Amino acid sequence: MANSDLSFLGYRRENGRVGIRNHVLILPVDDISNACCEAVGNNIKGTLALPHPYGRLQFGADLDLHFRTLIGTGSNPNVAAVVVIGIEPGWTQRVVDGIASTGKPAAGFSIEEHGDIDTIARASRTAKEFVQQASEKQRERCSIDELWISMKCGESDTTSGLASNPTMGNLVDKLVPKGATICFGETSELTGAEQVCAERAVNEEIKQKFLKSWGDYNDFINRHKTNDLSESQPTKGNIAGGLSTIEEKAFGNLAKIGKKTPFIDVLEPAETPAKGPGLYFMDTSSAAAECVTLQCAAGYAVHLFTTGQGNIIGNPVEPVVKLTANPRTARTMSEHVDLDVSGILRREMDLDQAGDALIEMMLRTCSGRLTAAEALGHREFVLTKLYRSA
Amino acid sequence: MATHFLVHNKADKVGVVVVEDVKAGQALSGWLLEGDATLHVEAKDDVPLGHKIALTDIGEGDTIIEYEHDIGRAVADIAKGEHVHVHNIKTKRW
Repeated sequence: MANSDLSFLGYRRENGRVGIRNHVLILPVDDISNACCEAVGNNIKGTLALPHPYGRLQFGADLDLHFRTLIGTGSNPNVAAVVVIGIEPGWTQRVVDGIASTGKPAAGFSIEEHGDIDTIARASRTAKEFVQQASEKQRERCSIDELWISMKCGESDTTSGLASNPTMGNLVDKLVPKGATICFGETSELTGAEQVCAERAVNEEIKQKFLKSWGDYNDFINRHKTNDLSESQPTKGNIAGGLSTIEEKAFGNLAKIGKKTPFIDVLEPAETPAKGPGLYFMDTSSAAAECVTLQCAAGYAVHLFTTGQGNIIGNPVEPVVKLTANPRTARTMSEHVDLDVSGILRREMDLDQAGDALIEMMLRTCSGRLTAAEALGHREFVLTKLYRSA
Repeated sequence: MATHFLVHNKADKVGVVVVEDVKAGQALSGWLLEGDATLHVEAKDDVPLGHKIALTDIGEGDTIIEYEHDIGRAVADIAKGEHVHVHNIKTKRW
């Protein structure tokens, strides 16, 4: 392999998890606290505000997912410390307590009885302390069994199933035996290949758990659909790239989990894996930013993303390493591509070489190299909402 | 010699064009990944990069096999060498 000891320089956090970035987040609990968060993010250099559109009058499983996503994002090992701002103190403190349970610095500020200007002043003072503390944190040598990797594909085309997803699969088959923790998702995008995917479960219990997640998602689609979903799933871009049906897209998608690695559990959206190293499936939307946001909230530190037609997604907390096997995309959208594996289609490169090249690019990213999406400022933070608020 | 299209498995009825500007009438060379064999097909349509070409005659209603699995059904007769896409195949799901 390209980097024989598979080590990288990461940040070791209070709870033992390893991160690859050192962010100080300014995290709103709800939509109406975005303005304060963005003002603090502007005041204090080196912090990162994460505005989003939700957090009011949610209830039930949708509210649980909202808290799990916010607390999980703040708890991600790529984050050094978090300032939380909400309209009122109760839910603000709930998010602070969830993040603080990891041992990292977290402080909450609420706006009612203070107003924006006083809240911005108070939160800015704390954010300044947090960012100065974080700036002294040093990278340390970390090993592959401390790394959590998530994966997705977007604006896929037939080159994804032929080459870029099998390249990720090659990485999975090489790194899971070395102790890496890896996650794939995209429940609806396994439709047509769900039985083949189910056979990759580690045992009958996990197989049935997977089939239940897939079946529930499929029932949901059947309940709400108004056509065969052509142009939605597969997307208009997928179709332009030559993918004709969801079944065809699913088999290409499934190539990303490799040829032999079993998945050991099925995770709820944004659920942290608890069975140790190995490959996990997470029940997610197939929309890129929603899926990566959920995987980031589960604690994954680096994301590998294949594209055919040129999905340009990034994430504010979890760096997104992008690869493509489409020679036209590699040529026309080169600023978005971290690794070009189109040589596979020209028989200039085999999957084993491509997998090694991806491992090398991933480890360089983990040690600090900015991804194309980071350099271009892609910070898509997109919460999954299960249904309307009350 | 250039490889114009790739085929995943021996059982597949379609190949994927991996070069730009395939034109009707062009003699194409393909690479069958399973078993590393070479195939030849004459294109009957212009086929864009990433789009599929029929490796055999396919009848309306037939199942389309790619990745040695069912990826949908033909909604028109498709001749060997023709472009295979949403105009002549559809999902069996949803």
